[in-house]
Amino acid sequence: MTKTFRSILFYAGAVALSLPPVFVFVWMILTGLKTGVQNISYPPEFIFMPTLENFRAVFQQHNFFRYLMNSLIVAGLATGISLVLGLPAAYSIAKYRQGKIGILILVARMTPFVSYLLPWYIIFRHLKLIDTYTALTITHLIITLPMVIWVMVSFFEGMPEELEDAAMIDGCSRLQSFLMIVLPLVRNGIATSAILSFIFSWNQFLFSLILSGPKTKTVPVAVYNFISYGKIDWAGIGAAATLIVLPVSVFAFFVRRTIVQGLTMGALKD
Amino acid sequence: MKNAFSAVSRFIDRRQAFVYPAPAVIAIFFIVVIPIAYNLYLTFTKWTIGLGQPRWIGLGNFVELISDERVLNGVKVMVYFSGLSLSLELVLGLLIAVYFNREFKGSEIVQAIYIFPFAATPVAVALIWRIMLNPEIGVINYLLRSVGLPGSLWVSSPLTVIPALVMVDVWKWTPMITLIVLAGLKSLPHDPYEAARIDGANTFQIFWYVTLPLIRPVMIAALMLRSLDNLKEFDMIYTITQGGPGISSETLYLYSYNVGFSFFKAGYGSALMVVVFLIVLAFNVVMNRMRLRAQEI
Repeated sequence: MTKTFRSILFYAGAVALSLPPVFVFVWMILTGLKTGVQNISYPPEFIFMPTLENFRAVFQQHNFFRYLMNSLIVAGLATGISLVLGLPAAYSIAKYRQGKIGILILVARMTPFVSYLLPWYIIFRHLKLIDTYTALTITHLIITLPMVIWVMVSFFEGMPEELEDAAMIDGCSRLQSFLMIVLPLVRNGIATSAILSFIFSWNQFLFSLILSGPKTKTVPVAVYNFISYGKIDWAGIGAAATLIVLPVSVFAFFVRRTIVQGLTMGALKD
Repeated sequence: MKNAFSAVSRFIDRRQAFVYPAPAVIAIFFIVVIPIAYNLYLTFTKWTIGLGQPRWIGLGNFVELISDERVLNGVKVMVYFSGLSLSLELVLGLLIAVYFNREFKGSEIVQAIYIFPFAATPVAVALIWRIMLNPEIGVINYLLRSVGLPGSLWVSSPLTVIPALVMVDVWKWTPMITLIVLAGLKSLPHDPYEAARIDGANTFQIFWYVTLPLIRPVMIAALMLRSLDNLKEFDMIYTITQGGPGISSETLYLYSYNVGFSFFKAGYGSALMVVVFLIVLAFNVVMNRMRLRAQEI
């Protein structure tokens, strides 16, 4: 009896501790499903007739599909380039203990983003590259490339070396063994770093705020603009926020087990 | 063709330690090192973007920032915001991780729920928080009033704006710390626990004398990871308050952004950014020392 009671107590606590994340998520969706009037009524309405009108408006009046595509393109490019450049580098850092490159990565992560933004803004203004995918992708690489390397070093370090040695004895070149033996072995790590990179690029606000424009505006800037026209369109914000947050949440869900490993292992080892 | 390919392949194999990291290092040199160098150069100049050329003024910007009251305010806000949010996230993260550190049905669900605030786009959830924190019609004050508590002005008052922003930061990042510490707890050795139990230690004593020392390196690592972003918090503060009311939530980082991109003072803004970098660096150097010492024990 006491055991059942303690178990009930534990689950009550677990539900209470899970409420804050769930509540904000639910409130975001509810805001998107309410009309403008319902959103500013007091007391707040919990039960109401949901409407998809805001989602229609977000796509038709605010051209949100364009912004989603912009974000997809920039995050996709940044992630792809980061993997191509970052995977061999991380492998080498792990295998040959190249600590100096590691320090370079750390400095890149520590430097305030504004420190990069100012020079890049001046350069891109000069080259007339403001409001281009090039400018956004380059600046997003500042975040995603160090992140991919950071995460992958820990995965490469955790890989058994014997398998690679066996491949070399079988006559593989080192390049072949890297491409055909090593990379498939760390596919969990690749998936994790790719998704982390995608999430951080997708969520990136500061660079896009200054360097994007009408043609390349990404979703965080697009949703932010809902408040900058004098009056705040809360229903629109709810719908837009839901559309932005949903894809990255789903991605994170798939790699939830390895995300923690990837983010911490690098910090735990030297 | 095949010969050329195998020659390239042989070259790559022989110089693996050089060829593999080279493209990434070159890329980082161009996208990271050169901008930082340019930024450092600008700190010694006076220049309004779009007007004339940078003019060398030596240490003039650093002299100016010492007597700039908004710098002092920025440092105060930064210490208040980061000190409160980092310590709350760490303590709550640890306690919640200890709570969930057992086998139970639904642990998968908790993990899935806890990854959400981490992944959620900061600007998007900050806007939702801004709606929820509205003093008149926001749902948070409604819930407080419905259980008989007084509402708060939250981000609309200079007195409560920092605690309110801390609350949003704690909401977004405590789950991540929890997951990291939980992974650390699961990998701890069993022997010290058995020894403590045989010696008759109670739950609290086990937590204080066994778990806490063992988990300390993980905690410090999580703190370092978190501090990298927390000391440079931008999206959330900019979206919810833009540094207001007045300048009561303007961190040094936000001020450096304003100087650079609202006032277009490139030289002075760069000097402020360097100060922010030095603060982040100093914090991490101290933390790393603590971590290495904690690992030795």
